[in-house]
Amino acid sequence: MVSGSTGSAKGRLPAALGRNALRVLMLAQTLIVVYPLLWNVLASFKTNAEVMESPWSLPSSLNWSNYADAFRTARIGDYLLNSALVVLLSLLLLLAAAVPTAYVLGRMRFAGRKLLANVYMAGLFIGGVYVIVPLFILMNDLHMLDNRFWLSAVYATGSLPFSVYLLTGFMKAIPADYEEAAMIDGCGYTGTLTRIILPMTRPALLTLVIFGFFDFWNEYVLALTLITSDEKKTIPIGLANLMQIQQFATDWGALFAGLVIVLVPTVVLYALLQKRLTEGMMLGGVKG
Amino acid sequence: MTMKLRRRAFIACCLLPGLVLFGLFKVYPTVQVFEKSFFQWTGIGDAPRYIGFKNYADLFRDDVFLLSLRNTGFLMLVVPVATLLVALVNASVLTRAKLKERALYRTVFFFPSVLSFVVIAILWSFIYHPTIGFLNAGLERIGLGQLAMAWLGDQRTVLWALAVTMVWQAAGYYMVMYMAGIDGIPPDLYEAASIDGATGFRQFMHITVPMLWEIIRITIVFSINGVLTISFIIVSVMTAGGPDRHSEVVMTYLYGQAFTNSNFGYAMAIGVFVFVVSLLLALLSNRLTERGES
Repeated sequence: MVSGSTGSAKGRLPAALGRNALRVLMLAQTLIVVYPLLWNVLASFKTNAEVMESPWSLPSSLNWSNYADAFRTARIGDYLLNSALVVLLSLLLLLAAAVPTAYVLGRMRFAGRKLLANVYMAGLFIGGVYVIVPLFILMNDLHMLDNRFWLSAVYATGSLPFSVYLLTGFMKAIPADYEEAAMIDGCGYTGTLTRIILPMTRPALLTLVIFGFFDFWNEYVLALTLITSDEKKTIPIGLANLMQIQQFATDWGALFAGLVIVLVPTVVLYALLQKRLTEGMMLGGVKG
Repeated sequence: MTMKLRRRAFIACCLLPGLVLFGLFKVYPTVQVFEKSFFQWTGIGDAPRYIGFKNYADLFRDDVFLLSLRNTGFLMLVVPVATLLVALVNASVLTRAKLKERALYRTVFFFPSVLSFVVIAILWSFIYHPTIGFLNAGLERIGLGQLAMAWLGDQRTVLWALAVTMVWQAAGYYMVMYMAGIDGIPPDLYEAASIDGATGFRQFMHITVPMLWEIIRITIVFSINGVLTISFIIVSVMTAGGPDRHSEVVMTYLYGQAFTNSNFGYAMAIGVFVFVVSLLLALLSNRLTERGES
């Protein structure tokens, strides 16, 4: 399957042949990944009649009215703002909870530390949908439903176990000398954490923020359940609703435009962060 | 304030925000889901009534639940196997075959992992769309028009169609994991094998796969669990469980029981059941993939 290095002259020709066969395989897969996205962009500029006619044709002209519809009638702009707000709040809450927890768990000795670390660890295995019913009832009782702040708090909690796990490992690796020196210099506990430790964990924090961004931005099940009024919905819910509505009307324009509006920031961020993202995945400790 | 007290106060303040969030939104609902699965509880205003194991017993008499369990089982089998196979082959091609443009492939293949599941589900609904979808149009173009069909509307194809979407979504993610693993394999192993005349395929089977085995084991568990979560979104957006419940999965069924039928107690029993089964599956897969030697 994989052509080895070219050892001898007679091995060279088959190797080149094999390489090109693999290239074809890779190109075919590239097409399978890229084409649906490309088709989506093209369709977003088509009139409804053109969409129905053929999925291969190019739009006859750049028809921006779908985009206008997406913002005006489908309120994509509102959903985007809600998503941005929720992502930002979730990240703030996550960092505010995870950093101090990881600091204390990673660098201080106290009774119950081990137990607490294990409890957070166990949280890694309890996913969102299992507990969605009791969560919904709890939040209903506490009047936390249909509230973007509490949705963010639930998001932050969902990422907390992994974040604590990742950061604790990072914090443990920092030599104790730094802290001792800071203490002698008169930094209190808080000062040591914010001025000495925090800057040293920047790579791990950045990883958490990037992953958190994509997770929170894309989350569907919780947002679907915990937010009820239309003006507070996030973009995945908005799009899913739009799909349902347009399916019956067989008028897809605004939906395709809406998809592209969501795709564009994702593509841009991905292009900027791709390296960090794939490196960060390995930071997560999936190293066998 | 004494030094000791200040230290204690600092520790407490640091732990508090995390504990409040975790206790409220994770621990409490988890305890509740186990406890209330033994209750009959229909609706917010209704008082829960203890009924022992009745909810669990009902599960096995509930034909729709059993169908959804079978569908989920199908996806849990097909999707991880296909995803991990594609990921492994791509990872080894991209690391070993030294194609000049491999960075491009890596970037493209990983991209679906950052896309929203909802966006993916909507896009694939249109790929499979019977009239405006380009899968059918493509088949007609290459003269296989008689194969065109309503992929999501036919109970023979719907699960396969959903499985393909899920593989498309996840393969790049696992590929990147495997690539990092392959980078950690000593290159002299491959060099020695090439000198001995081992083909690429043999190197893949005898070096790459065994050396990555520990990573593969973890990704199997990840992937099985992933199916459980992702299938909810894919199914609710693409088919809503149809046609005639033939793509219903346990998570969509749980959700419908809870939020459409207000069967809270029953829905929680489904949740507990699925949680326990997925834990057992993880243990089982760990046991099955354990290496005999050493």
